[in-house]
Amino acid sequence: MADLIAETPCAGLLPVKAGGVTLSEVDAGAMTSLAPFKGQEKALSGALKAAHGMTFPAANRATGKGGARAIWFGQGQAMLIGPECDAALGSLAAITDQSDAWAVVRLDGAGAEDVLARLAPVDLRVAAFKRGHTARTMMQHLMVSITRVGDNAFQIMAFRSMAVTLVHELETAMKGVAARGAG
Amino acid sequence: MRLTCPNCGERDRREFYYVGDAVALQRPDADASDVVWDDYVHNRDNPAGVTRDLWYHEGGCGAWIVVTRNTVTHEVLGCELASKVKEASA
Repeated sequence: MADLIAETPCAGLLPVKAGGVTLSEVDAGAMTSLAPFKGQEKALSGALKAAHGMTFPAANRATGKGGARAIWFGQGQAMLIGPECDAALGSLAAITDQSDAWAVVRLDGAGAEDVLARLAPVDLRVAAFKRGHTARTMMQHLMVSITRVGDNAFQIMAFRSMAVTLVHELETAMKGVAARGAG
Repeated sequence: MRLTCPNCGERDRREFYYVGDAVALQRPDADASDVVWDDYVHNRDNPAGVTRDLWYHEGGCGAWIVVTRNTVTHEVLGCELASKVKEASA
């Protein structure tokens, strides 16, 4: 039998640096989407807290912290990132293993906001988009999830099959911002 | 044009996909007459003025939204979750 080698979605593409901004890949661990059954939203939030330490996030918010985070991921849906999901949650929500299905990157450094301003049609400046805020939006033509994870740091997720596009768009914008800063 | 998604807030039009007349939320019974079904499937008004259409927040949260807007003034008058509209009419 063939000896298979596991590769991360952005293997060979990252990290890249431009100006004061770094783009690097995040080893997110397990990823599980949680879609609460009708009327089970509160019960799921309680069970999630008991099992993994964070509540079910409200719309446009993320709960938990690095290594064990729940990110709101669309209408009636959140993504649990980090821990292996407790199978008992399956009685309250549709749980689907999405590990390895998403490319997860981190954009870090002063100027990260300027980079994203070139790509996403949403105000991601800190006044409007604070730590723990998240958005499902687009970067150019790419559907993404963007979460602020630090003062100058964002976690960005896109379909794994779009990893090259994701890195290309971000790297191009990073170089543009860096060039403008140098001038 | 900007639309206010009930989940995400005000967003750029490029995140949305236009689906069609919100009449799709009033599907006739399976045994309704041919005339009713013909009307539902094919016949649409084309008013200059206020329309109610379905939009899909494709580049965002994935919600279906009923957008009321004026095709003459381009004013957006309201955005509601299609699921809520459907429940309210049930």
